[in-house]
Amino acid sequence: MSRAVVTGLGVAAPTGLGVERYWAATIAGHRGIRRLTRFDPSSYPAGLAGEIEGFDAAEHLPSRLLPQTDRMTRIALVSADWALADAGVRPEELAEYDGSVITASHSGGFEFGQNELRALWNRGGQYVSAYQSFAWFYAVNSGQISIRNGLRGPCSVVVSDTAGGLDALAQARREIRRGTRLVISGAVDASLCPWGWVAQLAGGRLSTADDPAGAYLPFDARARGHVPGEGGALLVIEDERHAVERSAPRIYGEIAGHASTMDPAPGVDRPPGLRRAIELALDDAGLAPPEIDVVFADAAGLPDLDRAEADAINQVFGAGGVPVTAPKTATGRLYSGAGPLDVAAALLALRDGVIPPTIGSSPAADYALDLVTRTRAVPLRAALVLARGVGGFNSAVVVRPFDPGTDRATRNRVTGTE
Amino acid sequence: MSPARRRVVITGVGVLAPGGVGVKNFWQLLADGRTATRRISLFDPSPFRSQVAAEVDFDPELAGLSPQQVRRMDRAAQFAVVAAREAVADSGLEFAALAAERTGVTIGTAVGATMGLDQEYRTVSDGGRLDLVDHTYAVPHLYGYLVPSSFATEVAWAVGAEGPCTVVSTGCTSGLDAVGHAAQVLREGAAEVMVAGATDAPISPITVACFDAIKATTPRNDDPQHASRPFDASRNGFVLGEGAAVFVLEELTSAQRRGARIYAEVAGHASRSNAFHMTGLRPDGREMAEAIRVALDEARVAGTDVDYINAHGSGTKQNDRHETAAFKRSLGEHAYRTPVSSIKSMVGHSLGAIGSIEIAASVLALTNDVVPPTANLHTADPECDLDYVPLTARDHRVDVVLSVGSGFGGFQSAMVLTDPFRWRA
Repeated sequence: MSRAVVTGLGVAAPTGLGVERYWAATIAGHRGIRRLTRFDPSSYPAGLAGEIEGFDAAEHLPSRLLPQTDRMTRIALVSADWALADAGVRPEELAEYDGSVITASHSGGFEFGQNELRALWNRGGQYVSAYQSFAWFYAVNSGQISIRNGLRGPCSVVVSDTAGGLDALAQARREIRRGTRLVISGAVDASLCPWGWVAQLAGGRLSTADDPAGAYLPFDARARGHVPGEGGALLVIEDERHAVERSAPRIYGEIAGHASTMDPAPGVDRPPGLRRAIELALDDAGLAPPEIDVVFADAAGLPDLDRAEADAINQVFGAGGVPVTAPKTATGRLYSGAGPLDVAAALLALRDGVIPPTIGSSPAADYALDLVTRTRAVPLRAALVLARGVGGFNSAVVVRPFDPGTDRATRNRVTGTE
Repeated sequence: MSPARRRVVITGVGVLAPGGVGVKNFWQLLADGRTATRRISLFDPSPFRSQVAAEVDFDPELAGLSPQQVRRMDRAAQFAVVAAREAVADSGLEFAALAAERTGVTIGTAVGATMGLDQEYRTVSDGGRLDLVDHTYAVPHLYGYLVPSSFATEVAWAVGAEGPCTVVSTGCTSGLDAVGHAAQVLREGAAEVMVAGATDAPISPITVACFDAIKATTPRNDDPQHASRPFDASRNGFVLGEGAAVFVLEELTSAQRRGARIYAEVAGHASRSNAFHMTGLRPDGREMAEAIRVALDEARVAGTDVDYINAHGSGTKQNDRHETAAFKRSLGEHAYRTPVSSIKSMVGHSLGAIGSIEIAASVLALTNDVVPPTANLHTADPECDLDYVPLTARDHRVDVVLSVGSGFGGFQSAMVLTDPFRWRA
């Protein structure tokens, strides 16, 4: 079975635009969380978010795209451009149906939707934008990226709350196994508008702290919710043979394993599903727990959810048995963008042999986790990335460096000995 | 290279469509060629250009939902849960006896909880007056409206699924793509049973307004019953619909082992994008034809073996011509010999849900050897020159069905459903 490798990264995060800026800030432990500037949050119980600074869509995109796109779509289009450039891919050189786009979405173009709902109810139906029919819906990023880059292969969109970003990567791998050669995959989300904020507040998981340094503290005794953010990552995922044949400038690593599970319904006395997702993803990758050198945690930042995650990790790896980190403490939780951004961070961690820190948290001893709170240099063989979503979604992805030697056909092609 | 491919079959069907709740009522409507389109009653449509829709007469409590479920779920989620329950009951599977971990859910939806969001926005914005909407008026379940994966959660809770669960949201091809996704999950062995289908309840002012803005929906307000007219020369836009269809999917041999009723095999599914325009279609049907070619190939079915085409048939000029071209491009001369029909003429276009509702129609065509008609088709568009089964259902042996969908974003999908006993690839 053909392996799915990552050859390009496009990152847009509150801590930095572009892979290397994001990664440098992440390693340095810079925080991208601040008081909201997009709208005045003073009438709401929560007012902190990870906002992307300095993104001017007009610098990157043709003006005709601006009136028809939500902010998250603009960021996604630019992130896709960056990912393709990083991979050294010119999409027009792909055969007609060889490339596709598979993204996750959380809440679509919610800010665009707010503006049109306002137009409808404040002024009347005839004031609703002609673009509303697609600018807000969940499929918009896949559609727009496909159009901009001429990618005609099997495009798709998945939604599984914050776990969806990892499920999108799994779907990309599935299509690569079915014959697609290249997929732009991942997620970018942004719903930092009053209407999105109110809907998120209703979920009851936002931190109401005022101090950016003390607002989002997963695995800390002071944990009191999370800070949301905007952005995410789009990855170029390729069939390994395609990447090797075209001499891709770099292969960050392989999407080696994935599994997703659902927690039991409320009131059903059965264990939560995260442990099973981890075990199944490891099985899928053909790795045993000791071969995983770092876990990128979901890090909900609420005591019961932190407890459930720590338990699942410890049941598989033993108490303190594996370094655990949550670089999303610097960006806030980027909804479906969170998983793909963590996968990007995990691939960079593998490349550089360094575990980025969880910032702010003082790990509570009773979680029994080896929580990495200072950047740690250590050779890494494989990483596990976890994401959970409201409603019981659990998803796990295993990434490892690409080793052409593990497959004879590929090795022969690489070494020219076939 | 791969071991014997796992074959995926449908063993349970649940439908909630305009014109009647339940599979039986749905099929009766189609077989009679009756239409369920009418003047919108869910809200006062008089300010809008298009005032017709195909609505489901639905009482959630009568349909078995608890008051708490009704309170927290958007109408689309309610549809999905009711259809899932019907499908599970129909499958004869004892879900309590199943391994929850080996049961998954894939639900398609194009526009999620748009009805709930529209209503709640009015409340928290004081009728559109407040920019800084007021959180103190927000209902606790607003987060579930924000993120439509709540639909997959509700179905998972209703059937006790703890395996892979997700929502697939590819606009108007969601209903085909969700079932295609579930079939892949089964083939990979990540689940033994998948509960999969799609739902949408988009008949709300914001949806009607946004389709008005691009004149995609019909303004034939004086004659609602005859407003949905796919392939007819006088058509002038689609009619919005709502509903859900959900299926139980499992692997063929395990279905046979438990003596299940097998409706159909999900033999092939593929999607391609036109990378052309978010709402426009090129008239040549090229990408849909490619999706059809790949789906047939996966099903190991030749184009000439297709007995019936369940069309997207939305009733817009560009769609009807686009897919007519796609059928000719993919099936050649055989396209002219194959009955093609659009059930949207009767149940409207329920966006993401309709793909699954059309799978249900296709499955019932297979089991009944009856092709549902295209209602309201009196004078075909001269550029649409295939056999669209006008007005009346037709007795016709059906072993292989091709069902297609086309949607905003440029997505084109095709699914091949076969009778696994009468059809041998």
